[in-house]
Formats: sequence, C-alpha cells, structure tokens
Amino acid sequence: MKPRHKRFALIGGGIAVLGIAAALVLNAFQSNLVFFFTPTQVAAGEAPIGKTFRIGGMVKEASLQRQPDGLTVRFIVTDTAKEFPVAYKGILPDLFREGKGVVAQGKLGEDGLFTASEVLAKHDENYMPPEAQHAVDQAGKAAKTVKQ
Amino acid sequence: MIPELGHFALILALLVALVQGTLPLAGAARGSRAWIAVARPAAQAQFLLVAFAFGCLTWAFVSHDFSVAYVAQHSNSRLPLEYRLSGVWGGHEGSLLLWLFMLSGWTVAVALFSRHLPDAMVARVLGVLGLITVGFLAFILLTSNPFERLLPAAEDGRDLNPLLQDPGLIFHPPMLYMGYVGFSVAFAFAIAALLSGQLDAAWARWSRPWTTTAWAFLTLGIALGSWWAYYELGWGGWWFWDPVENASFLPWLVGTALIHSLAVTEKRGSFKNWTVLLAIAAFSLSLLGTFLVRSGVLTSVHAFATDPRRGIFILILLAIVVGASLFLFALRAPKVGLGGRFGLVSRESLLLMNNVLLVVATGSVLLGTLYPLFIDALGLGKLSVGPPYFNAVFVPLMVPLLILMAPGPLARWKHADMRPVLKQLVPAFVAALLLGVAVPLLYGGWRPLTALGVLLAAWIAGGTGVAIAGRLRGGLSGQPLHWWGMHLAHVGVAVFVVGVTMVSSYQEEKDVRMAPDDTVTVGGYTFRFIGVRKEMGPNYQAMVGELELSRDGKVLRTMKPEKRAYLTSAMPMTEAAIDTGLLRDVYVSLGEPIDERAWSVRVYYKPFVDWIWGGCLLMALGGIVAISDRRYRLKRRAAALQGATA
Amino acid sequence: MNKFLLPLGIFIVLVAFLAIGLNLNPREVPSPLIGKPAPAFTLPQLHQPEATFAPKDLQGRVWLLNVWASWCVSCRQEHPILVDLAKRNIVPIYGLNYKDPREDALRWLKQFGDPYVLSIADVEGRVGIDYGVYGVPETYVIDKAGVIRFKQIGPVTQDVLEKTILPLIRELQK
Repeated sequence: MKPRHKRFALIGGGIAVLGIAAALVLNAFQSNLVFFFTPTQVAAGEAPIGKTFRIGGMVKEASLQRQPDGLTVRFIVTDTAKEFPVAYKGILPDLFREGKGVVAQGKLGEDGLFTASEVLAKHDENYMPPEAQHAVDQAGKAAKTVKQ
Repeated sequence: MIPELGHFALILALLVALVQGTLPLAGAARGSRAWIAVARPAAQAQFLLVAFAFGCLTWAFVSHDFSVAYVAQHSNSRLPLEYRLSGVWGGHEGSLLLWLFMLSGWTVAVALFSRHLPDAMVARVLGVLGLITVGFLAFILLTSNPFERLLPAAEDGRDLNPLLQDPGLIFHPPMLYMGYVGFSVAFAFAIAALLSGQLDAAWARWSRPWTTTAWAFLTLGIALGSWWAYYELGWGGWWFWDPVENASFLPWLVGTALIHSLAVTEKRGSFKNWTVLLAIAAFSLSLLGTFLVRSGVLTSVHAFATDPRRGIFILILLAIVVGASLFLFALRAPKVGLGGRFGLVSRESLLLMNNVLLVVATGSVLLGTLYPLFIDALGLGKLSVGPPYFNAVFVPLMVPLLILMAPGPLARWKHADMRPVLKQLVPAFVAALLLGVAVPLLYGGWRPLTALGVLLAAWIAGGTGVAIAGRLRGGLSGQPLHWWGMHLAHVGVAVFVVGVTMVSSYQEEKDVRMAPDDTVTVGGYTFRFIGVRKEMGPNYQAMVGELELSRDGKVLRTMKPEKRAYLTSAMPMTEAAIDTGLLRDVYVSLGEPIDERAWSVRVYYKPFVDWIWGGCLLMALGGIVAISDRRYRLKRRAAALQGATA
Repeated sequence: MNKFLLPLGIFIVLVAFLAIGLNLNPREVPSPLIGKPAPAFTLPQLHQPEATFAPKDLQGRVWLLNVWASWCVSCRQEHPILVDLAKRNIVPIYGLNYKDPREDALRWLKQFGDPYVLSIADVEGRVGIDYGVYGVPETYVIDKAGVIRFKQIGPVTQDVLEKTILPLIRELQK
C-alpha cells in the first residue's frame, strides 16, 4: 500500500470515529438533556407534559405531606411568585427542608401533578442550589417589572 | 506565631520559585552553566519552604488554633485527630496548599531522580515547574491565604463538613492531587522538549516513568473518590458523572492516551507532536478541573464554597499556562519530523486507534460537562446533562477500545500480520463467548448488554492469558517488568468491566417503610428491622438502626446504619451499613422516621460492585510495576551518555 | 494556515465561554423582596427576651436590618464597619441574630461591640426564611413605609456602604 493511501485510511478511520461519536452525542442530546423550569414557567404551561425536566425553587413552608404508606410525599415548590405541587416516592435527601432550596427531576402528568423521580438538595446548610436560586430570582425580577 | 511563619515561608517560596522559573530557563537558552546549576538547589529550597508552610497549617489544626480563620471554619475542638489532619485539605485554601505541596514534591523528585539527564534538560523542566509554582503561590497568597488570622480568636470552630469526616476522604484528595499535579511533570518535559527543539525518543523515555506514576496515582485517587461516594453519600451509586467527578476523569482519559502514545514515541519515534499535545492536554485538563471545582461555574453535588475572584484568577492562570504552551506548540511542531514509518496494520496503528478513541471519548465527556455552561452563556436557558447522556455516548466509544485490548499487545511494531495474532486469540474468543452466554443465563436472566460486558472482560483477560502463554517458551522470568505491568493493568480493566457490568445489570434496590420485626428481601438476602436507638459520637449525635441480615434462614450478622446530626453544623448525615463480599455487597441506609416505631429504609443488593475498585487498584498496581522496570534507569544512563556525546 | 494553531484556537473559544460562565454566577443576586414590604414578624429581643420586636414598630423611619450570627466568620469582617456606622448616628441598625444560642450571641456582642439599637433573636431561623436569607451576613435597607429598598448579600464593605447604602439612606430620609 502506498503511503498516501495509508494516510487516507488512517484519516478516514479517525473521521469515522469522530462521526460515530458525533452521532452518539446528537442522539443522546436529543433524548437526554434535562431542561430546567421555574414554577412560574411551569404554571404558564411552558414545560412539556410527559417529558423529563427539572423544577426548582424553595419548598413551601408547611407544605410537606406524607402519604399513609410512609414513603410517598407531596410538597409544594415555590419561587415566591407561583407554586407547584410535586409528588415523590422514596427517601428524601438529608438536607431536604421546608423553606430551603430544592430541585426535583421528573415528569409532569396530564393531571397537573409533577411526579419526581429524583429530588436534589445540596450538601451545605446555607446553600441554595443555583437552579433554585435562579427560579427565585426570575420570579423576583418578574415581580419588579410588573410593579414598574 | 506559627501561622505567621507559615505565611512567611510561602512568601519566601514565591521568591525562590521566581528564581527557579527564570534563571534556569534563561541559562539553558544561553548555555550558562552557572544559571543552569541554580535549578536543583532552588527546587529543593522551594520544597522545604512549602513543606514547612504545610506543616504550620497542620500544626494549627492539631493544636486547635482557632485564631486562624481557616482552622476556625474547618475544625472544632471535638473533632478527632485524624479528621483534624485531613481537615488541612478540607476547604478551599488548604486544598490549594495541598496542591502546591504536591507540586513542589514532584518538582523536588525530578530534581533528585534526574541525575542522569542532561543538565540543560533538567533545568528547563524545573524552570517550567517553577513557573507553574509561581502561578499557584501567587493564587494562594493573593486570594486564598490559609494563614489569615481571625482576631480575636473564635471560641470554637465551625467544624469540618460532616461529609468529609470519613476515612476515605483522608486519602482521596492527596492521591487525586498526586495524579493531577503529577501531569505537570509530563507537561514540563513536553514544554522543555519544545523549547530545546529536541523532540526525540530520549525525551519520551525520560517522561514515561513520571507520566505513568502520575497516572497510577490519579487512578487510585479517582477510585477512592468513587468508593467514598458509594458508601458515604448513601445513594449506593459509584459514579454520577457529576462535573467534579468528570473534572478528575478528563485528565485520566487523556493521561491514559498519553501513556500509550509515549510508548510509540519511545519505541519508534513516531507520534511526537501528538504526544506533546497530549501531555499539554493532560495537564491543561487538570488545571481546567481545578478551575471548574474551585470557581463554581458548574452546579455539582459536591457544592464547594466559591468565590468569583478566585475563579477569575484560575481562569487567567489557565489561559496563560495553556495558551502559551499551545502557542509554543504551534511554533515548534511544524519543524518536528515524522519519525518511524509504520504499516496500516501494526502495533502503532492499533495504539493510534486507542488514542483516537480515548481522545474522542474525552471530548464527549468534556462537551457533556460544559454543555450547560455553553447553553447558559448563550442565553438559551438552563439545563443539565445527566448520566444518561454520558452512558449513551461514552460506553459505545469504549467498546471498540476494549475489543482492541486483546490483539493490541500481541501485534508487532512497524508492520503486523494480524492472521497469526487472531489465530492465537481463537481460544480466548471461544472462552469469552461461552462465558458471555453462560454468565447472564446462570446469574439472573439473559440481557444482551450483560453478555457483551462479560464477553469483553473475558476477551481482555483471555488476550493477556494468550500473551503470557505465548511467552512461556521464552521463559517468563525473562520478561521485563514493564511488560508485566501492562498486562496487570489490562487485567485490571477486565476486572473493572466485570464489576460495572454485573452491578448495573443485577443490582436490586428497595425503599421501604419498616417497623420492628418487618422484613424485606433483596437478592436473596433478608433484612429484619430490630429498631433504632440514640447514640453519641465525639462531635455528633446518631440514631443507630439495627437490622438482622440473613440468607436462607441463616442469620449472618447485624447491620447498623446511622443517621447522624453533627452538633456544630446541625447537618444531618446518612452513614450506610455495608456487608462487603467478594461477589456482592449488601447495603442498607436509614431514611427518616415515619412514626413512633417505623422508619423508611433503603436496601441494596450490589453484585460484584467491589470489582470496580479492585480493577482500578490492579490498573494502578500495573503502573507501579511498569515503572519499577530497570530499563528506565539503564536507558537513562545510556541516554545521558548519548546526550553528552551528541 | 498552520494546522498546529488549531488546538490554540479551540482553547481560546473554550476560555471565552468559561469567562462568560464566570460572570453568569454573580454573587449579588437581585432579591425578590426588593420593592416589597418587609415581611412582618414578632420575635423576642436578644437582650430582654421578655420584650418583643416587630418591623411595624419602626414605621416612619429608615432603618437597617443586619442579619448576623456568632458562628459566622464574615460577620466579624463587616462588624467594625457597623460599629463605626452606629457611632455616626446616621441610621439606626437593628440586628437579626440568626440561628444562634443566646449566650454565644451575647458574648460575641460583648467582645466585638454592639452597634445595634437592639437585636432580634431568631433562634429557629424562621424569619430568615421569610426574608430569603441565602447566607449570613445580609443587610437590608428598609424605608419609612416599611418597604425593602436594598439588600446586601455577604459582608458590608466600606465601599458598598459609602457608595450605595449611605446615599440611598440620605435619599430615603428626605
């Protein structure tokens, strides 16, 4: 085989790998990106139904309810402007608290209930997940513009 | 007084590092022997100063000196000694000091163990390391001084983050940093080679043992971190594709590519530019990792306290170090020759495929890690890229890499005929196929991916077996240590693949409500809930659960998962109870109290999970065995002679 | 074009994104409470637990609410500035002692000086939640109508005090 052909073969192989990787990435991006919405956005109907996304904000005070089975919980996520109910079955993270920041990942059902498959709270007492903070900030900005 | 001494030592170290980073480089460029001779003593002095500063901070922790702000924030009078020691690197300032300590340790190691290298080369390497040291010392002194006083002193400290109060975390950061920072040596060798214009096989030979050592430490560090996350975070997972984890994994992937490409450069003189670029990339990704973790631009479960000023500083440091080295690369690379030719099918081309796959995999992980940042920067919204993305992209890219691992070590350099190689591998393939079919069927049901995982692991192990069998006639004792090291590391990969495959296929998880005498069964193991009682630890209060573990009616042991509340920080912590075994772990953690008697409890059955970390351990061991090879020392001497005569 | 410049090019793009990313994480987040009435509460005072305090007691005055705690290291950093400000008698400072045992809080004030007209004891951190406290310290400027006009997250620096807080207070006091 001539060196030139060999070079082509090697470059071709490299490009093939890159192409496969790009295809994998695009495919994974299409189905696996998890978008983030604030309760205000969800209430406004911006979030998709039946597709996984994240909702973040603060757990509303005194909104945590435990179902009789002891494992299913319901709570309300708020960004101070709008509220949204979330259901979750399983063990909540250690730092899940009412009045603290939280991010829940799951799906929105036709009935308007967000069923979380994963609930995230952060590992620091004074810490608010940036996404939750973002939600509260957005609501704050919106409130300000309405006022003006 | 002692903290001031530590601070002063750091300032002196900065001055010494400035000398170390300038005179030897200038000396090497001008051929001034006197300036070149500065390099080694400067590196040693710098190490002593940094070690002294590190000792001072350790002393402040041990002696409960709460007049030091950093100690007050990360320790407590009730904190046990071992965590006061690890508390030294439990926060931002201290972990940077650890970074620096490792860097000066690597520097002095180069100074001490490079007697047989040409002086000019050593001067350049130490000079480059000196410049990196200057950057990090300035960073510490200007933005993150660990010795800052808190006057008057705090009554008591705020305590170390309870997550970090764990034996695994005593060793994880030092190991990880040893690896991270160790790539700075490979980087410095690459830059020195570019500066001198002597980009040849000798350079690769000198750089190789250092790179492999750093890689072995990084492997151990990542494995320890994963093991820690597994038992301490209480979620039973071992890898979350979290940005902080990815930050350590990216340099590992490129480092793995680098140690393979160095082999080609050393043996055949090919891939020279590529190897240099990988060496730059490995260290750049270490720096990028430091930036991502320390600046907090990415959301992560590890949630470190962050400060934008620090982020800007590291970003500038990153831009200067990487920008300058890539610029130097662009200047010098076109003049480098191609090196030894090789056929389309050869050890070289197989290693090239290894490199392409690893680099593309690195790119995909980097993209996934930074994608939320890109999208946010472009104002397109907030999103997160979760484990499904990484699994969907990374795993398929690894499959061809694993397939190549069996024939790769058997192929000849320069030009290989694959027919005899594949013929040799037939028994390995047959065995792998049988195992791949049998294991899932016997274990718990047919799954194609499980079969593939087992097949690949057996294929790699089989390849090693064939290689060893092939050399049996030549006398195994005659095989060099680096050869054994390579195969040990490859077997480690096989063991790792078995662990990952089995645990992701057959693990069982249950969240249940348990009152006393309730039972739950996972994977054939039955837990009986006995109850929960209160206990006091040195700096926490714990609710300790008691569960009886049994199998087939036979009681095995009592497991005691805990829910701790740390007194100072009021932070709750879940301590899982794990019964470890060669073929499976059973794992239980306490959720929360539901009523007077009942708790929510999470139980797991994790088959072969310990093989994951066992595999990593074997990989790291392989690296250590490989560098113990005598030929590095012999050839170094020969190279030095060569260099002297040339 | 030198193909060896490609890595440098890619790297420059990456750094640009990282730089933008850094700026996306501003520490000073706009608070949703700005422009809204300060949430009402009634809590015991730190020095005289039998007496209580409520924000409406201060209707008609401009005042500062400073959230602090004895366990908070950054609070010490800003404390001399507050002590100094209190001496200047420009604006009354009220302290909200956040999640702190009473004895620790009192000892702390004795040690570092007490710039507060009075401190409010929020042992449970309930009020902190109403005020959206991200971390300690935080400082609020509240106007005569009881509306929050400014919020400082993190320690008050001399710079912020002179350039932002004091001009705002002079404006509000007119």
